[in-house]
Amino acid sequence: MMESSLAETPRAAQAAREDLLLEMIGISKRFPGVLALDDVDFDLRAGEVHVLFGENGAGKSTLINIIAGAFAPDAGEFKFRGRSLVRLKPHAARMMGISPVFQEFSLVPELTVEENLFLGRELGAGGFLNHAAMRARARSVISELGFDILPDQKVGALSRAHQQMVEIAKAFLTEVRLLILDEPTASLTEAETQNLFALVGRLKSAGVGIIYVSHRIQEFQKIGDRITVLRDGRKIATVKSGDVSESELVELMTGRKVGVLFPSIDHRPAEKLLEVEDVTLADLSAKNVSFYARAGEITGIAGLVGCGKSEIVRAVYGLEAVASGSIRVRDEDMAARPTPIDMLRRGVCYFPSDRVAEGLALGRPVRENASMAALDLPTFSKARVLRRASERRAIQRIIDKLKLRPPQIERTVAKLSGGNRQKVLLARGMTRDISVFLFDEPTVGIDVGAKIEVYELMKSLVAEGAAIVLVSSELPEVMNLSNRLYVMHRSQLVAELSGADINETKIFSYFFREKRLEDGPAPLSSAMAT
Amino acid sequence: MMTNSTDHGGAAPNVALDKFYRLYGAIGFLPIMLLGLIVLFAIFVPHFLILPNVLNVLRSSSYLVILAVGQMLVLMVGGFDLSVGAVVALTSVSSALVMAGLKEQMADHPALIILAGVVTGLGCGFLVGLVNGLCVAFLSVSPFMVSLGTASIATGSALLLTNGIPVYGMPVGYVDGFGRGLWLKLPSAVYLAIAIVAVVFVLQNFTRMGRYIVAIGGNLQAAIVSGVPTRFYLVATYVLCSVFASISGLALTAQIGSGQAAINSQLTLESIAAAVIAGVSLKGGVGKVEMVALGALFLLILTNAMDLLTIDPRIQTIFLGVIVVLAVALDELSTRRTKRV
Repeated sequence: MMESSLAETPRAAQAAREDLLLEMIGISKRFPGVLALDDVDFDLRAGEVHVLFGENGAGKSTLINIIAGAFAPDAGEFKFRGRSLVRLKPHAARMMGISPVFQEFSLVPELTVEENLFLGRELGAGGFLNHAAMRARARSVISELGFDILPDQKVGALSRAHQQMVEIAKAFLTEVRLLILDEPTASLTEAETQNLFALVGRLKSAGVGIIYVSHRIQEFQKIGDRITVLRDGRKIATVKSGDVSESELVELMTGRKVGVLFPSIDHRPAEKLLEVEDVTLADLSAKNVSFYARAGEITGIAGLVGCGKSEIVRAVYGLEAVASGSIRVRDEDMAARPTPIDMLRRGVCYFPSDRVAEGLALGRPVRENASMAALDLPTFSKARVLRRASERRAIQRIIDKLKLRPPQIERTVAKLSGGNRQKVLLARGMTRDISVFLFDEPTVGIDVGAKIEVYELMKSLVAEGAAIVLVSSELPEVMNLSNRLYVMHRSQLVAELSGADINETKIFSYFFREKRLEDGPAPLSSAMAT
Repeated sequence: MMTNSTDHGGAAPNVALDKFYRLYGAIGFLPIMLLGLIVLFAIFVPHFLILPNVLNVLRSSSYLVILAVGQMLVLMVGGFDLSVGAVVALTSVSSALVMAGLKEQMADHPALIILAGVVTGLGCGFLVGLVNGLCVAFLSVSPFMVSLGTASIATGSALLLTNGIPVYGMPVGYVDGFGRGLWLKLPSAVYLAIAIVAVVFVLQNFTRMGRYIVAIGGNLQAAIVSGVPTRFYLVATYVLCSVFASISGLALTAQIGSGQAAINSQLTLESIAAAVIAGVSLKGGVGKVEMVALGALFLLILTNAMDLLTIDPRIQTIFLGVIVVLAVALDELSTRRTKRV
């Protein structure tokens, strides 16, 4: 891979002379309901690591998807190595040396590692495949990257960390000029992360430009050259790494002081409303998990993507099959398989992270979406016949309280922004007498203003004596809001933190627990064997 | 689970069991069941194992094998083709009409007559497959609806062309030499089925297209991002499936000796059943051609035994339905049990 990029000396030299590898001016992209990118400038030099930093929904993914050719920008100029690009397709982008490593994997679970690596650019002639050549090439790429994967393993059977390695290896199969790494370390161990950083260093010196998307400030301040901060689809600043402190970066990201973003919540823990004991899920995405949630406090669950934190709360609500263990609501044992309606009647409500796929009927009005989970109550129906006037009054009251903008209950949800959609979902929880709120990534894809409103709502719920379980991949969020914080790692609950123990260093130490356990001379492969 | 029993020191039976599981995993459920069924019927069903019946089963399963292999490819890209039965009917009628029509003018050139008929039949299949594929690939219409629509168009056209009356007048060589002929003591259709299974086996294992079919059905987005020309391969897959249906239709027509619009209303369901029994996932990405061939054989053996036992055909239809529902339910259950790590 690197040999091949160096082999092509004349062209590589030319690229170095031009220096500016990528230049984007005034890029805008609109999706139904949101302006994902608003007049954003971005550039990348050869041999540079340029960090993209911002909250979920700030526009980072949209920008890298445009660079990778997956989306076309609505406006703006996009130049790669001095050439203006229009109607770029993913395949063409790869051919030009733009290699994206996405967070949502572009892997086919039914194919093997090797087959995935070569997907779309198989070796062979006349439609027939050259298995031997591909096997040899796959082996050499994998060993050069120092990854512990075999070419003939089925990708669907691999762990998330190993799938991430396949995704990275895929980018290195051809000559790379511009590498996009989207949260590449999210599911890697410390040792694997160090391997990746060494690789990034080697690529830099070979003149490859790298766009590095990450939330981990300490991490990218180590390897980044420049940092561009995005917020709500706009470019806020481009700074030199090292010129700004960590808290300054957070301020740039959120647009406010940390203390302003997260309200101070007065936790008054009372009786246990929800108890989960030794629960193992049927698909083993969570094993032997025990936790409880008390009235009057926010209980956080932190963990990396795919650690099982979301599955466990889904299981509480009856959305994932439970293999063993018990779930108690107000000291009352739930059936082995709880169902959503059982849970709702006992005052437990789950708010899904994927509001479009699981939460809302986009084509239906706000009113119907909000009352959907409560139509069995007398406010909404009598003798199975809907009471529309009463429904309108009840929903309007809730919507006003949540400050939906505009406060119209007959608007279809498809026309609302992410923040407003989340409010509609929250409204659903308020139509019933709910005392346990299970929030799964409640602020994914919503702007800062809406976030603050969601936090304020949580604050008022807690003050009224509700129990909140907050599952989030955004560390600052769970850290600042939770009274007690559980940490999950690789399907297991590894820690319960409270008070001053809730800090980034402590949490990260649990994320990378293997590293501490295998700190000795243990080889990489045994550290990852589990 | 199995490591627990080593505590008793009984390692030997574990090894044997392990071997059994590995063997079972390698060849799967279907071949074992098929073998069991054959043994069972050989013992309990009179006339099952006599030569004419064996040839009969082989011949009639060949038509289904060809259909089911095409259906498998479409299922593997995450699609559905409900038009294969209708394509068989349309192929039958159109090829027979062309051959019968040319009978007078070209009496001296039966080979040309046959060629014209075959080309017409294959053309019909190609056309229907093209419409299916283009609609699915470019308009993103549900394959279920598109193929239901084209099935209706093809069936209607076949009925319109013939008024429902069988079309006679095909060259003798086509009917006796090919359709009903035995080559090296085996029905000609068997060779056709073997050839098609072989072609698809090569396609699946040694070509780009085979890999792209898995990729498209396994994770369409990944295939697109990886630069696979997904639309082209989607269309190609639907065309291939329809052309296979045409080939099956041509062979079936030659065997019957006439072009018929109402050739066999169950073929579409049977083709899906054979594929699903053979472990082809309705969610796409999974399927092996050699298994599908066995799946078709399995269905035909079952039908044949029921025929020999003089079970009412209407009951057989119900039975086929039950098998399909069971196979689909098992497919769903097995995917649900797979662990996500």
